[in-house]
Amino acid sequence: MSDFRGEVRAWLEANCPASMRSPCRGEAEWVWGGRRARFFSDDARLWLERMAARGWTAPTWPRQYGGGGLAPDEATILDEELRRIDARAPLKSFGLWMLGPVLLEFGSEEQRAEHLPKIVRGEIRWCQGYSETGAGSDLAALETRAVRDPSDDRTWIVDGHKIWTSHADKADWMFCLVRTDASATKHEGISFLLFDMQSPGVSVVPIRLISGASPFCQTFFDGVRVPAANLVGRPGQGWTIAKALLKHERALIAQARDTATAEEEPLEAMARRYDVLGDPLLRDRVTQANLDSLCFTLTLRRSAETAQSRGQPGPESSMQKLYGTELNKRRKELRVAIAGYRGIGWEEPGFAPEELQLVRDWLRSRANSIEGGTSEIQLNIIARRVLGLGDGRS
Amino acid sequence: MAFVLDDVEEAMRDTARKWTREHAPVMQLRALRDARDTVGFSRAGWRELARLGLAGVTVPERWGGAGLGFAALGVVVEELGRTLATLPWLSSLMGTEALLGGASEAQRQAHLAAVCAGVRLMTLAHDEGHRHSRALPSTTATRSAGGFVLRGTKVMVLDGHVADAFVVSARDGEVTALFVVAAGARGLGIERSQVVDSRNAARLTLDGVTVREADRLGGAELLDRVLDRATIALSAEMLGSTVELFERTLLHLRTRRQFGVPIGSFQALQHRAAQLFCEIELLRSVVREALVAVDEGRSDVPRLACAAKARASDTFALCAAEAVQMHGGIGVTDELDVGLFFKRARVTAMLFGDAPYQRDRFARLEGY
Repeated sequence: MSDFRGEVRAWLEANCPASMRSPCRGEAEWVWGGRRARFFSDDARLWLERMAARGWTAPTWPRQYGGGGLAPDEATILDEELRRIDARAPLKSFGLWMLGPVLLEFGSEEQRAEHLPKIVRGEIRWCQGYSETGAGSDLAALETRAVRDPSDDRTWIVDGHKIWTSHADKADWMFCLVRTDASATKHEGISFLLFDMQSPGVSVVPIRLISGASPFCQTFFDGVRVPAANLVGRPGQGWTIAKALLKHERALIAQARDTATAEEEPLEAMARRYDVLGDPLLRDRVTQANLDSLCFTLTLRRSAETAQSRGQPGPESSMQKLYGTELNKRRKELRVAIAGYRGIGWEEPGFAPEELQLVRDWLRSRANSIEGGTSEIQLNIIARRVLGLGDGRS
Repeated sequence: MAFVLDDVEEAMRDTARKWTREHAPVMQLRALRDARDTVGFSRAGWRELARLGLAGVTVPERWGGAGLGFAALGVVVEELGRTLATLPWLSSLMGTEALLGGASEAQRQAHLAAVCAGVRLMTLAHDEGHRHSRALPSTTATRSAGGFVLRGTKVMVLDGHVADAFVVSARDGEVTALFVVAAGARGLGIERSQVVDSRNAARLTLDGVTVREADRLGGAELLDRVLDRATIALSAEMLGSTVELFERTLLHLRTRRQFGVPIGSFQALQHRAAQLFCEIELLRSVVREALVAVDEGRSDVPRLACAAKARASDTFALCAAEAVQMHGGIGVTDELDVGLFFKRARVTAMLFGDAPYQRDRFARLEGY
């Protein structure tokens, strides 16, 4: 065993609380951090504090910003050791997954020093201000604008709204795409701005989905004043930064789906419980879904291996978001089909809690192929960037 | 790094690709078909490939083989699939795997080196009905003095019309048994089958063929082992055919112009091509996993054989159907190679069990 692996193993043995060595039993047990952080247990708080102190919530970020300063192969070892003991993620965070990598690439020294350590320690919870009612798949059509205060050119004034801002009602800060130059072309007039959700003029309304309550919100900005130093990169560079960030988001959604299926009851076990394995069509659908999941998991592994050995992801990585979400929809649809009359309940009485969850999950899954870039947009990307099929204008 | 080809495999792929394009292009299949060639493949080509080690890729070197594994075999047959080569690699694989898995030292001595050298052909004769089955064969092996008498009919015997020997499955009472039968055996009738994809197969009639006790190789376990391995290798060939056909179709989408633009600029076609890309990427992953599993001697080989073949059958068929449609009028002409791929997709889908068969077997192996 390498010295590093030994060191990691010993540290985890001494520092990972026993109750943190099993998968979360539900989203209620997740730790998101922030000013209003809620911890399911004292162990959860302790686990975050200890991991954050070593910088291992962000293993590869530089030490100067509170990160772990690990080389990629060391981070892999840490990940393997965490998996080995079934350790929970100490922190779920859009700051870690999305904003941090972008600040490391595009942020100023001041911005990194200010925000990264707080992300590592889970002190500030971030939300993402991207979509608008008029800018979904066509994100660059966004209209939320930021203009310089005529009397104070160190301040931007933001007006407009955002939609689908996950957890905006619980977040402390937002990273937000705004239009700073109305005269520039669609993509070049956009900037990437950071601001405190407690700023005067920010208001948040939660959104109900077909599946019921959701983390999604609509967020409104009415003359919100933001210091000019909070603009990341250059004015007009926002679209480039947004695209870099979306790549992180898509990888995340594909992974999340993969984990989700791993935690669920196997389809065939469910089919046996509901006594439908004798139906040859349902049995074949179960097998088809299982085989497709197997092939997809193998493809994720192949993709990771390719990225590791070649230094960049292969063409197969572009299908992860598309196939992962479509497969998840199919599996959720199959679950309610297996459950029959038990799979159409909305509330108690008359249905068991897990049956109601089945229905909510099925309904929620319909958003998977829309959020984070629709399946149709993913197909466009594959066709144009991977398969070299042009738009006909060239 | 099981999924990423290593340097040796990359080199093998390059060699195989160069060789197949020069010595076994699609044009060759077309020529053999049009000439109604009695052999159906190039014997010289097969001996040449045997000299390069392909006739016995998985056979240990001491028996005259290349001593490589299935991962290496997969890399090579993927290239053979690209040109729809009819060379008898699959029949030879089944023959050699049967010998390696169940034969006596004397039997191996008698056959392996010659098969690996490409001078002797050996194949498996198992299927009997209209589709593949692993149930007890109908062909009977009745005990007689010093051996057995075989009676029955075998179909879709790959390269059976030119094979020198067969591994024949039969029922010995209530168990399956495999026997080596020479092509010249008394009571053995061989009739070539003209299959739609121009790959070579034959129908055998065993009318009281006598075999010795020493000709018996093994039972159901050996048969499963041979069929699972052949299924995985065939899936690798199907992957090659699918990828080649997809690339040809993409080229057509980029170059064929209608309404003043390449037809590949139409979103209706782009999305179908992108869907196909996803399906093919999944196929590549499962084929590689199955090949590697054989080399690692893993217990999930039978399940992975089902997984790979189910997907290979469905994906090749989908790709073939899309290729014909996207090529338009020229796609349904005999002049274009696309039709040859379309035909091969149907035949390979049936070989060793189609997708529903594989899914059913996968479910059974998983216990449901």
